[in-house]
Amino acid sequence: MFHLLRIINKITIEPHLTTKTITMNEIQILLVEDNEGDILLTLEAFKELKVNNSVVVVRDGAEAIEFLKSEGQFAGTKLPHLILLDINMPRLNGIEVLDFIKKDEKLKRIPVVMLTTSSSESDISECYEKSANCFITKPLDFGSFLGVVKSIESFWFNVAQLPRPAA
Amino acid sequence: MNEINILLVEDNEGDIILTTEAFKDMEMENRLTVVKNGEEALRYLKKQGQYEGVPSPQLVLLDINLPGIDGKQLLGLIKKDEELKDIPVVMLTCSEDDSDISDCYDNQVNWYITKPIDYDKYTKVMHEIEAFYVSFVAYNK
Repeated sequence: MFHLLRIINKITIEPHLTTKTITMNEIQILLVEDNEGDILLTLEAFKELKVNNSVVVVRDGAEAIEFLKSEGQFAGTKLPHLILLDINMPRLNGIEVLDFIKKDEKLKRIPVVMLTTSSSESDISECYEKSANCFITKPLDFGSFLGVVKSIESFWFNVAQLPRPAA
Repeated sequence: MNEINILLVEDNEGDIILTTEAFKDMEMENRLTVVKNGEEALRYLKKQGQYEGVPSPQLVLLDINLPGIDGKQLLGLIKKDEELKDIPVVMLTCSEDDSDISDCYDNQVNWYITKPIDYDKYTKVMHEIEAFYVSFVAYNK
């Protein structure tokens, strides 16, 4: 039954996927996350999405900034269309990275989604004060997590307009 | 969940009716306040004059084309104001213009949404905003 469902799923999704890939360029997402489990979950969830996307993973705040500045190993990389940012990370934490992005003339345009296990009031208000585009508390179980990632997709790629990254 | 206060800044009567109707159907308890131009929106947000004592909105829905201070200018003022800048602002506009989209994100809009013209789609977009907001966007003030 499950197998059959998978096949039906494939048949119904495929045509949509083809039209999307033709009409729309690939959406680049930067995931800044140090927890390997969460990285795996997010990558799996993004694989299932209809929108053509590629996810780059960096594992701490300092690396995220190197990536966004195209420095070092990241020379020549393009700016992402959307950033998913964890808060608790080694070196620079997510709030420091957010602050850096939103104060940089070239980077501040990129929508930043805080995706974190924190649900602390002070984290939430600090992130909104520092211009996070939205703050999402990560659910702990896989089913709900998948739901969150799908809602990020449906909202950011179907309902909201994403800006073109600055040249 | 507590009632959510939403401020709609919109001068088009048709869009005001559509939005009001859509929010009436929602699962989240909400109170939608409508103001029709940017100056009035600022007075509301700063609780001046007739707006003394109003609750702060937890979400602002903002049109671009408004008489007087337009939506983009208002967005800039909100996001530069220490007291107001943490309120999520959604641009809700007919414009699909790339430069409008980039300008708004440069000025720290939270989400930029192009209004669908057809009624069913319009209602659907409002419900998507609700679903996304209620389920995932933690915000309390």
